[in-house]
Amino acid sequence: MEMLDLAFMQRALLAAVLVGITAPAVGIYLVQRRQALMGDGIGHVAMTGVGLGFLLNSSPVWMATAVAVVGSVAMELIRAYGKTRGDLALALLFYGGMAGGVLLINLSPTGSNANLSSYLFGSLSTVSTEDITAIGVLAAFVVLVTVGLRRQLFAVSQDEEFARVTGLPVRALNLLIAVTAAVTVTVAMRVVGLLLVSALMVVPVAAAQQLSKSFRATFVLAVVTGITVTLAGTVTSYYQDVPPGATIVLYAIGVFVLLTLLATPLAKRRARAAGAGAESCDAPVPATRRPTDDVKV
Amino acid sequence: MAAPEQEPVISVRGATAALGARPVLRGVDLTVHRGEVVALLGANGSGKSTAVRAVIGQVPLTGGAIRLFGTERKRFRDWARVGYVPQRTTAASGVPATIREVVSSGRLSRRRFGWLTRADKAAVERAIDLVGLTDRAKDSVSALSGGQHQRVLIARALASEPELLIMDEPMAGVDLASQEILASTLREQVAGGTSVLLVLHELGPLEPLIDRAVVLRDGCVVHDGPPPEALGQHALPGHDHVHPHAAGEPLRTGLLT
Repeated sequence: MEMLDLAFMQRALLAAVLVGITAPAVGIYLVQRRQALMGDGIGHVAMTGVGLGFLLNSSPVWMATAVAVVGSVAMELIRAYGKTRGDLALALLFYGGMAGGVLLINLSPTGSNANLSSYLFGSLSTVSTEDITAIGVLAAFVVLVTVGLRRQLFAVSQDEEFARVTGLPVRALNLLIAVTAAVTVTVAMRVVGLLLVSALMVVPVAAAQQLSKSFRATFVLAVVTGITVTLAGTVTSYYQDVPPGATIVLYAIGVFVLLTLLATPLAKRRARAAGAGAESCDAPVPATRRPTDDVKV
Repeated sequence: MAAPEQEPVISVRGATAALGARPVLRGVDLTVHRGEVVALLGANGSGKSTAVRAVIGQVPLTGGAIRLFGTERKRFRDWARVGYVPQRTTAASGVPATIREVVSSGRLSRRRFGWLTRADKAAVERAIDLVGLTDRAKDSVSALSGGQHQRVLIARALASEPELLIMDEPMAGVDLASQEILASTLREQVAGGTSVLLVLHELGPLEPLIDRAVVLRDGCVVHDGPPPEALGQHALPGHDHVHPHAAGEPLRTGLLT
């Protein structure tokens, strides 16, 4: 395992594990709310932040975080209050964010489209010590929120109206989910890239729920899947000359397919155990109609 | 001023509300006394769901006043005393969850933050038992039938051990067996002193439990008294249920009620 002796690989693996934990941990709430593609939208908005970071010569990670947080709060407010055509407002936000990023990075003296592409598709080998610190701090925040407030976030994502009647601060919790998702996007940005972030938030959750019956099991299995595929993808990209982000996402989809295949026989066995009725009808259908049948043809 | 114990649990006075420009409540008076079971009846679009959702603060009023347990609704914070069953066809969401997990969220009104104690967990198990789903508690809600979904939603409301149950069409889409279980669950709660306000489309198996019926029509109360005899909604004054085969008239859906 000589790759573990290389400082850049240590950083890459650490970043990969942090992303493997945080992306599905937030993603599960987005999937529960049926907002699976929100991560994708935040990723687009974060591009403006990256561009701004280059232009102002400050850290693109922190700048992307700031812009993604603002963008995700805007999206949540549009969702909560926008009565008409919320989807159009979101589209404006997405494409505005993307165009803004491309424009700003070309305006900056140090940035170029090549730099941008390392944020779009991830660039694990260039993760710096400074990046690792930022990713670590952000990941700690994400884990604290998604695990510490899981009962509250579960209730809000399950049935918002009911959650309000329990007296939970639903609006604040919704904003917290949005902010946490934005933070996760920027955590994952260096590993899988902004364009593939959403995949790592959604695919492990989708894979886990093929097997699980409970929210808790889905959460654990999704995070285990996330860590497995990010590590596997990073290691693969070390030995083979393949981009880590794309490899990770394809591994995740592979796990999804595998678990789906496993789930089919399992579901059948469960149905039998739960005492569901036989699959075929027991009662014979009479060949002739009787007056008592009360069936009109 | 009356002592708090004599205050009605729900008191609605002259409530008006609108959805967009359309007035949905046009001066509704509604009172539920302690221990009373009140059914809110009316055709689709008569405002019964809006009235109930105004009571729990989900629809803003444009006029009038609502008091819960003697406290003005805007200042009411004691949500553990209220169990709410929203109008839903499913208890499931985008991620699998067990019956126990869904019912546990009903406990949030008692323990908003922090860990669930043993007493909280016992209350959740009791609520699941009350609706007869103990043997399914570890199953995913998505594996349940329509009637069982409704039982989960009611167990979730019961988990906080409320003094007042507010239910929006708890019998919609519920098979007969589940209706009987729900009726007996409700009977036990009422015998224990729980007050109930429920929106119904027809009285059905709950009829013997109901003390009083309030009938809404176009956002106004047109009847407040003993439940109409055994005939359910179809015999009510102003019943204008439009059947799908009756062509010509606009089909009213339940979406805005």
